[in-house]
Amino acid sequence: MRPPLREIDKPLVGVVVALAAYGLATLYSAGQTDASTFVTTLWHKQLVWLAIGAVAAVLMFRVSPRLLEWATPYAYTVGVVVLLFTLVLGRGAASVATERSWLSIAGLRLGEPSELAKLAVILMLARWLAARREAPVTLRELVAPGALVAVPFLLVALQPDLGSALVFISILFAMLFWAGTKPQLLLLLGSPVIGLVLAFSTVAWGLWIVVLVGLLVWWRPYVWEGFSVMLANVVMGVIAVPFWRRLAPYQQNRLLAFLNPQEDPRATGWHVIQSKIAIGSGGLLGHGFTHGPQKRLAFLPAQFTDFIFAVVGEELGFVGVLVALALFAALLLILLRIARRATDAYSSLCVFGVTGLVFTHIVENVGMTVNVLPITGIPLPFFSYGGSFLLVCSVAVGIALRVAWESRQSGYAVL
Amino acid sequence: MTSFHPHLLDRRLRWARAIVWGAVAVLVIAFFRAQILEHSKYELQSETNRLRPIPLPAPRGIITDRNGKLLADNVPGYTVSLLPGNEDSLRATLTRIAPLVKLDAAGIERVLARARRAPYLPVTVLPGARFEVVSMLEERRLIFPGLLIQPEPKRAYPDSAMIAHLVGYVGEVTEAERGQRRYAGIRLGGLVGKDGLERAYDDSLRGADGVRFVEVSALGHVVREATRSSTLLPVPGRPLHTTIDLDLQRYVAEIFPAGHRGAVLAMNPNTGEILALYSAPGYDPNAFVGGVDPDYWRRLNASEAHPLFDRTIQARYPPGSTWKLAIAAMALRRGLVTLRTRMPIPCRGGLQYGNRYFHCWSPQGHGSLTLTEAIAQSCDVYFYQLGLKIGLTSLLEDANSWGFRSRTGIDLPGEITPEFPPGTEYYDRYYGPRRWTAAVTLNLAIGQGENAQTLVNMVRFYQMLASDGRARPPYLVHPSSASGVSLNLASDQLAALRQAMISVVEQGTARGAARFGGAIAIAGKTGTAQNPHGPDHGWFIGFAPAEKPEIVVGAIVEFAREGPYVAPLVTRVIGRYLGVDTTVASNVRIVLPADTAPHAIQLLPGVPSEDSLEIPDTVRVDSVRPDTGHAAPPPRNR
Repeated sequence: MRPPLREIDKPLVGVVVALAAYGLATLYSAGQTDASTFVTTLWHKQLVWLAIGAVAAVLMFRVSPRLLEWATPYAYTVGVVVLLFTLVLGRGAASVATERSWLSIAGLRLGEPSELAKLAVILMLARWLAARREAPVTLRELVAPGALVAVPFLLVALQPDLGSALVFISILFAMLFWAGTKPQLLLLLGSPVIGLVLAFSTVAWGLWIVVLVGLLVWWRPYVWEGFSVMLANVVMGVIAVPFWRRLAPYQQNRLLAFLNPQEDPRATGWHVIQSKIAIGSGGLLGHGFTHGPQKRLAFLPAQFTDFIFAVVGEELGFVGVLVALALFAALLLILLRIARRATDAYSSLCVFGVTGLVFTHIVENVGMTVNVLPITGIPLPFFSYGGSFLLVCSVAVGIALRVAWESRQSGYAVL
Repeated sequence: MTSFHPHLLDRRLRWARAIVWGAVAVLVIAFFRAQILEHSKYELQSETNRLRPIPLPAPRGIITDRNGKLLADNVPGYTVSLLPGNEDSLRATLTRIAPLVKLDAAGIERVLARARRAPYLPVTVLPGARFEVVSMLEERRLIFPGLLIQPEPKRAYPDSAMIAHLVGYVGEVTEAERGQRRYAGIRLGGLVGKDGLERAYDDSLRGADGVRFVEVSALGHVVREATRSSTLLPVPGRPLHTTIDLDLQRYVAEIFPAGHRGAVLAMNPNTGEILALYSAPGYDPNAFVGGVDPDYWRRLNASEAHPLFDRTIQARYPPGSTWKLAIAAMALRRGLVTLRTRMPIPCRGGLQYGNRYFHCWSPQGHGSLTLTEAIAQSCDVYFYQLGLKIGLTSLLEDANSWGFRSRTGIDLPGEITPEFPPGTEYYDRYYGPRRWTAAVTLNLAIGQGENAQTLVNMVRFYQMLASDGRARPPYLVHPSSASGVSLNLASDQLAALRQAMISVVEQGTARGAARFGGAIAIAGKTGTAQNPHGPDHGWFIGFAPAEKPEIVVGAIVEFAREGPYVAPLVTRVIGRYLGVDTTVASNVRIVLPADTAPHAIQLLPGVPSEDSLEIPDTVRVDSVRPDTGHAAPPPRNR
């Protein structure tokens, strides 16, 4: 049965349309600088991408979750293969020439495969987790989903694009959680990462190991599980410093800049400082639409992609930020509601995975503009310029719309 | 039981919602903090980010003479500077701009060094740029980010070298000066007076710089002028009206013997107003505007003639016979003599004192003379005896109280103190106790010995003679507080002295320098300063009209050999000032007797030779003007 468009989930469509309009307006403003650049007319292109995205969303709305489930392994395989191709043939984005995150064929840039891979990973994880009837209870059961995520994670991290790669981790944890994995297990799974971060202070790392031992004694996992968790943490503690040295300088700088943006304001901390100045000078009501001086005078870097939210903060002030955050929150809550009411586990996990993806992007991107989180180059849904991610978001919305329709068909009343 | 049981899903949903709300709350708090709580801080950072202050230089006050004629003016000029930026981009721009503004590698480094000292102000690249350079740069403005060309009034001295020592010159403030309280508020690269009136009255001439703000882009290009309200207009310097008579000044410069070194100072004896102040050789103060050319600066400093040196206030000369009036005045004040008193020993060409024979300048001798005649003939033998009659202690006492050991307080920088013994203990210290005799008195009595006066100080003494006996501090703009120095002579005694000086001009040593068709009487006295290094220096100080003087003029010409040769210079200046036909005077044939005071005599055996006897030679270049910054060339202005 083909779902009629009039039975579409109107709150989701309303919020998405509002966000897309807000985002397009902000992108238009981001192009209004004193010296015209290519950014000035970028909103035209974004408008085209929005149209393509709308078509994609409608198409996905027409696709049954069963068909999607069937196609998932193929989508995953294609995603991984394309990532492999990217690693071999890829081009750097404009700012970081050593980064190979763009796939281009015959000089035509086809987009960032890592964005599409995120969607493929969500679908694949949903399929794997839904196929099991029970939630994973041992670490061994987490090896397979871990491997599913590890492949694209490593391929993206090698580009190297650690920021995007970390999104895969975030998706993994979100979906494991939604599949019913116990928080203890998730903590043990994530403990090596905590060990890695804390390894930079011997005292903190030692304390963490003590806490971990306590947790292991309390939760009583299998002996070999406890042993591998401890081993992983110790190994992380040991390789932390060599790992740090292996990071590309810009990655090191981003982390350092996060810790202390003032250290070298012209180099590593420049982005954060300029972004925070732009946002802070916006005040309650902002400088007015298109009138942000930091943006106009090109002090604000990457104002049309990664730091587009600083334009909102500078020009529309705290009020504009609140409106944007409220729209984002509404989007996430609507997606959660759809995930909750989904008719089957696969659909539910898909929508929750999408929620995790969007959540990660929003929090990380907005958080870095006010220096709450370190800088990573991941885009803000519906705001940042870029076709690939906009397409991913549109497709994700299309899936969510279909899932919402399915549950409505099966008797869930519309609120 | 499936893990997707609605009950379990609801539990996870609550958790998920909590996480969403928590994250949104954290973000809202972060934005609230940045945009509301710390708004002002970031607002300020945003302003400093994009606004660059550009100083608006205040035009210096003009300097005029007593009739409003311009001594120092401002003409339009342009300053080329670069907006602050990081050093690499500044260096890149400078390298590209260098051929246009004629900047060598060292010049680029100098500009960068300045940029480092004031990192938030535009750095001057080329002050006082010519219009062609400016238009050349304007055409290429797009390829020079941060290029700033602004009109800046430029100092101009229309009379150039004629008034050089009077007005001085301006230059960029040095680091050392910026450390002083007086120059505390001046921006780096600001102009301050370096000498002359420019320096003395810098505070009022300078005005206060304004500031405007321009908005720049992150690349350093000036995008637009910031809002009008934030512009602070410069306060122009106040005009300075001086007592100088520019016509007279020009006339002095014209008639001063070309190629000679020396100085002329004209003053109103009743007020202390300086009418003309000229020192030769001069220099071109215009050459200092916008940074002096290093070659020119080197030439000025290397020159034997020391053109930067103001010989009216910064050179000490033995006063020679011009000093004899001081001795005469002392004797009259103490009631020791009258104008008609004769000395016991008539002049036979010299005087035996102790084991030494002191010569008169005239080997034939002057015979028996009255004081009036002795002044007219400048007879040394008469004054030897008069000096002994006064006594060394009284002589030193009077000279000190009449200011022969102090500065006049003229409102020009760098006036030096005349040299004169403060008392007899000076000789004790110099020769040792009881190793000197009253013979020093003989030298002092004729203006030799341990006595070296500045021209301005001698003119001030003659001003006292020419007026009611009270000193009026010489000044160009504002008199310094009255010193209270007075000759304490009765008016008839002053009149008599003036009469004696008239006889100098009419019959005496300056005969022929004289009167212009008998229209006015000029009183004056010649002098010859011993110069161990070459021909003697000639003095003449005169005033007129003798009955009621309106002008006193002193002149010294180095290596002029004798004072009488200087007299016509002074009389022509006086004639010009009083409106008397000077063409006649210039036709007067000057016939003057020699007026050479005896060479300083070695007073005692075993005492150092005369060269070391504190006989000041003309100019002590190495010891003077330590405070005017001439020791090192001013940093070239770029």
